[in-house]
Amino acid sequence: MDNAAHRLTGLLPAVCFPFLAQLPDTFWMPSQASTTAREVDVVFYLIYWISVVFFALIVGLMTWFVVRYRRRRPHDAAQPAPAHSTSLEITWTAIPVIVSVLLFVVGFKSYMNMVTPPRGAYEIAVTGQKWNWLFTYPNGHISNELHVPVDRPVLLTMTSEDVIHSLWIPAFRVKMDVVPGRYNRTWFEAHTPGTFPLLCTEYCGVGHADMLTTVTVHPSGRFETWLEAASNLFDTLPPAEAGALLARRLGCVACHSVDGAGGIGPSFVDLYGSTVTTRDGKQLVADENYIRRSIVDPMAELVAGYDPVMPTYAGRIKDQEITGIIAYLKSLSRHAGGDAELETAAPAEPGVPTEVR
Amino acid sequence: MNTGAATIADRSNGAAGRPHGENYLNCASGWRSWLFTLDHKRIGVMYLAAILFSFFLGGIFALLVRTELISPGHTIMDADSYNRAFTLHGAIMTFLFIIPGIPAALGNFVLPLLLGAKDVALPRLNLASFHIYAIGAVMAVAAILLGGVDTGWTFYTPYSTTTSGQVVMVTLAVFVLGFSSIFTGINFIVTIHKMRPAGMGWFRMPLMLWALYATAIIQVLATPVLAITVLLLVAERVLGIGVFDPALGGDPVLFQHFFWFYSHPAVYIMILPAMGVISELISTHSRKTIFGYRAIAYSSIAIAVFSFLVWGHHMFVSGQSPLATVIFSALTFSVSIPSAVKVFNWLATMYKGAIKLETPMVYALSFIFLFGIGGLTGLFLATLATDVHLHDSYFVVAHFHYTMMGGVVIAFLAGIFHWWPKMFGRLFSQKWGNIGAVLVFAGFNLTFFSQFVMGSKGMPRRYYSYPPEFEIYHQLSTYGSYLLAVGLFVAAGVLLHSLLAGRRAPANPWGGATLEWQAASPPSHHNFDGPVILTDPYDYSGLVWDAAAQGFVRTAHEEVVR
Repeated sequence: MDNAAHRLTGLLPAVCFPFLAQLPDTFWMPSQASTTAREVDVVFYLIYWISVVFFALIVGLMTWFVVRYRRRRPHDAAQPAPAHSTSLEITWTAIPVIVSVLLFVVGFKSYMNMVTPPRGAYEIAVTGQKWNWLFTYPNGHISNELHVPVDRPVLLTMTSEDVIHSLWIPAFRVKMDVVPGRYNRTWFEAHTPGTFPLLCTEYCGVGHADMLTTVTVHPSGRFETWLEAASNLFDTLPPAEAGALLARRLGCVACHSVDGAGGIGPSFVDLYGSTVTTRDGKQLVADENYIRRSIVDPMAELVAGYDPVMPTYAGRIKDQEITGIIAYLKSLSRHAGGDAELETAAPAEPGVPTEVR
Repeated sequence: MNTGAATIADRSNGAAGRPHGENYLNCASGWRSWLFTLDHKRIGVMYLAAILFSFFLGGIFALLVRTELISPGHTIMDADSYNRAFTLHGAIMTFLFIIPGIPAALGNFVLPLLLGAKDVALPRLNLASFHIYAIGAVMAVAAILLGGVDTGWTFYTPYSTTTSGQVVMVTLAVFVLGFSSIFTGINFIVTIHKMRPAGMGWFRMPLMLWALYATAIIQVLATPVLAITVLLLVAERVLGIGVFDPALGGDPVLFQHFFWFYSHPAVYIMILPAMGVISELISTHSRKTIFGYRAIAYSSIAIAVFSFLVWGHHMFVSGQSPLATVIFSALTFSVSIPSAVKVFNWLATMYKGAIKLETPMVYALSFIFLFGIGGLTGLFLATLATDVHLHDSYFVVAHFHYTMMGGVVIAFLAGIFHWWPKMFGRLFSQKWGNIGAVLVFAGFNLTFFSQFVMGSKGMPRRYYSYPPEFEIYHQLSTYGSYLLAVGLFVAAGVLLHSLLAGRRAPANPWGGATLEWQAASPPSHHNFDGPVILTDPYDYSGLVWDAAAQGFVRTAHEEVVR
């Protein structure tokens, strides 16, 4: 089956019958939603049927012997039979050896696929903490539920803030411990859009059973849309706090300090509303329009005494985000609103948003 | 010849012939005569009582856990109490019940008798082992009364070094209990080496002795690692020395390596003597020579050796290197082979036997069924691809209960019923004994088979609550646990009734060919009243049913040892 047709059939149930988005589960296994799941289930059922045959043999023989050779009278003795048989014993040692080698090899091959993420996998950072999950996407967006694109390898790089947790997605058949002080990785490629349970399976205390969330597999092309919408902080946060978050995420604060210290660029503290001197000697008030110009065209009115190193953010930042950053700078400035009372009433940077992790 | 046979028969029924019926139970009285006895039989009986009490205590916690899980959310306790309940269930069952169960209680009683000996080689060390066990048990119970622990019986760091509760007290109890186990192991090794009667070469020993010997090797070599591990844990917790906690510069996965370096071999400390019991029982109750003696003996040693090489299979998803994981998977499969060989040998022993479904045999057959499932489901966990999915789920919980309870505990019960007439000189009701065994079997399967299904479907272990789709499996499991409890109470009732009103047992009620059946039931203080006649432990040809004695008597013998 070629990839497009494959994708289409994978999508079909989700598109036509949203409530049937998940493939039905079986007696033993939850629905299969990743490429790994198929591989694991093949191995599972191979072992299962080998076990059923061995078990039927053992219990069948046992039952037959108990019925056939039961002691009818107290003094009945056993019938003559050999006390050992080299050929028989070699046979029943060799068969388990062969089965073991077979299972080891089969399990090994699948496992190597499971621990070897393909190149170019979409990377999401996972943090486990008592008792929730944080998923950080490449654009800096953080969510508590995992969202992934369909038919694309996803690599999870995981660490813990406190004790050991373990991330398990039964529908994907993947699991990896989330250990403090180190990074563990796991990867998967979801092939079925839908929402599946994701849970902690290493005991971590009172909230262990509450540490469950979901992974949503977005149909082709929808993941990017979701991420963009979800990253839009302005729906959920006041502009100043969203701006603070953006200032961190976009890397502004690496050069512009938020505690008044010097840096590669002017400190954000008290910047808004202050008077700045540009390299060509102009005196300007750093108002909304100045800040906006500095973001989209930093070289135009560079402040004297600083190197021309700031990259332009034109095309990388939306108007709404600029507005948020301006709101943040206002919150850091005693010149905000031009109100003299502010200076005395709030010496310690009122309205500085709490640090958002 | 005839006279000789008659003499032996008389001596076999020696209990009746001895004046006043004096035996090890009534030869001395008063609590000091028990608490400070050097008699291996009395120490064995005290161990048995203490271990059964621990089993009861652990069982109470099991029922609390199962009852809480009958529905999602709060049923009878909050999450914190639930975490303490499953931790205590696991810790008590493991350290106070299953590990000492067969070696310390049954092994202490039968090992010298199987050798035709008067006692173990080091009786004072034996008593010290029991006293240390008692101290450890008191520490564990004290920790429970002071609030318990919520770490799980595995004490994984950094949870165990940061949580509140009696972690230090409980881990020190484990430390103390370890010495009890080491002392028993040393004693058994020395006794088997030095006290075999002339003529009993290594390959003429009953297989129970091979099993206890293999167990003792693991006890002596592995237990010190656990002792060191819990001391490091206590050092980290009390003194803030960073060994395992990454916040202090330690490595939490290191703890898992240390812990499982002991605790995986410990699984074989549990199952090896159980296999020894089953080897004796299948042969005796089929009245047929054990099939493939050497293969069973060697497989015990093989299991003991392999048991040290597989600990990493508990850590396939811990973040240990994939190379280590692959090697541990391969080594783990090696353990399955000697285990499978034993099962085939037991089946071949029953072939053309004269099988009687006496209560010990019913438990032994139950063992083969349940251990079969426990062993085969181990294949899913040894295989890397499937273990990743099944690790830390209820599938694992079901697997180790099938081996630890369906295997070890059922074999322990089989052994208790088998040697009960020898220990206390009383017969028990076969009918009610078998009813109890069937109830235990049915209840056990109902409890734990449903856990396989919910585990592979995505139910993690140690969860206080769960999504509604798992409710049906949890309900089946909980009702099964109640049935299991009823079965165990029936079994206990049968034994209590036997003590109070059971018929007097003959010296050899089952027709066993091993030496303990030559002693009276119960044995005298010195075990054997006359010379011990060394016979092949699995040759039943000389034993005939004596209707008058309601037991078996020997009509011929091979050689006199002393």
